[in-house]
Amino acid sequence: MIGSVGAVAARDLKLAMRRQADLVSVLFFFIIVASLFPLGVGPEPQLLKKLAPGVLWVGALLATMLSLPRLFADDYRDGTLEQLVLAPQPLGLTVIGKVVAHWLVSGLPLALLAPVLGLQFDLETDALLILTVSLLIGTPALSGIGAVGAALTLGLRGGGVLVSLLVLPLYIPVLIFGAGAVDATVTGMGAEAHLSILGALAIGGVFFAPWATAAALRISLE
Amino acid sequence: MLEAFDLECIRGERRLFAGVDFRLEGGEMLFLQGKNGSGKTTLLRMICGLTPPAAGEIRWQGAAIGRLGEDYREVLCYLGHLNAIKEELTPLENLTASAKLAGETLTEDEALDALEAVGLLGREDLPCKYLSQGQKRRVALSRLVHEKRALWVLDEPFVALDVAAVAWLAGLIGAHLQRGGLAVLTTHQAVDIPAGAVKELKLS
Repeated sequence: MIGSVGAVAARDLKLAMRRQADLVSVLFFFIIVASLFPLGVGPEPQLLKKLAPGVLWVGALLATMLSLPRLFADDYRDGTLEQLVLAPQPLGLTVIGKVVAHWLVSGLPLALLAPVLGLQFDLETDALLILTVSLLIGTPALSGIGAVGAALTLGLRGGGVLVSLLVLPLYIPVLIFGAGAVDATVTGMGAEAHLSILGALAIGGVFFAPWATAAALRISLE
Repeated sequence: MLEAFDLECIRGERRLFAGVDFRLEGGEMLFLQGKNGSGKTTLLRMICGLTPPAAGEIRWQGAAIGRLGEDYREVLCYLGHLNAIKEELTPLENLTASAKLAGETLTEDEALDALEAVGLLGREDLPCKYLSQGQKRRVALSRLVHEKRALWVLDEPFVALDVAAVAWLAGLIGAHLQRGGLAVLTTHQAVDIPAGAVKELKLS
């Protein structure tokens, strides 16, 4: 069972390494969005500090969004998706493998990049730490929930826009508790409660959402 | 044993076919015929369980394929009109990756043997995007060499292949039938399968 998840993830990672442009464009998008705010709002440390958690989290959310349409589209176009569906293992496990690979090439780099961008907003060390931790815990939920939207819009015209409309509302809880965790640290309250809820969302996104994604993929392939 | 009862296919508003029955024993091949748009590919996808029929049922060894699920997918090898290979990966990587995803163990030697059988030895380390259409088809076909599945469902397997490769593939299908395997295929080319009983089914 673990083997089949690993096989899918390993293949997707290898493919991601062969087309690094996709990976880099997502990261640059995040960097640019996060850098536009200090430029637009002006160099007021108090204001920037207040904005930082929300801006960085929304940036990470949109960057994840950007990478979602490609999650299944390539496999769909070249026929690999049919083979994945016909493989003698539960399709949900295959999807978990793809979600894990997606997180490793989008969520994980975003989380590691976030503290560097956080410096522009004059965040303290402990806030930067919580920002990274909250993204590390929260981005798997983004990948898992986003996969449902990517599967539902597979093969549709204008799928990219539809994914945003479908998935962004579902990202709201992750955004609230992710940005909330950093906010709580900045204002001196503990972030444990927020992080626990993020953890619960991540577990749901990685282990339960893939079964909905599997059902959506079957419908898309009919 | 593969059986179909009273299959019906509706695409949009149109009924493509209805009342399709067939029965296929080990060692037999079903040759689907029909003009473009008559529903051959759809019927193949129904046999794989990708598209549910509007009416009717398909059974493998007497049990409905929907109920069998993974047990059925374990005996099935489907080759669609898309090659299901990744352009960024080499033929060798494609073959080992697809074997792993299908839950099979394939050593590098076995993979190289399969690629040699399809005439791609020497190209095994070249990314598939540099291969010709026919060579890509051969990469897809190399799965047939090593996967020992009982039921082959092949959608236009001879497309883009040269004369020698067509003869080779016909021989491969013949050998599969001789081992007691089953095959369902569509093709617009006249191809002689050297062994096994061929049944024909015309969709109109």
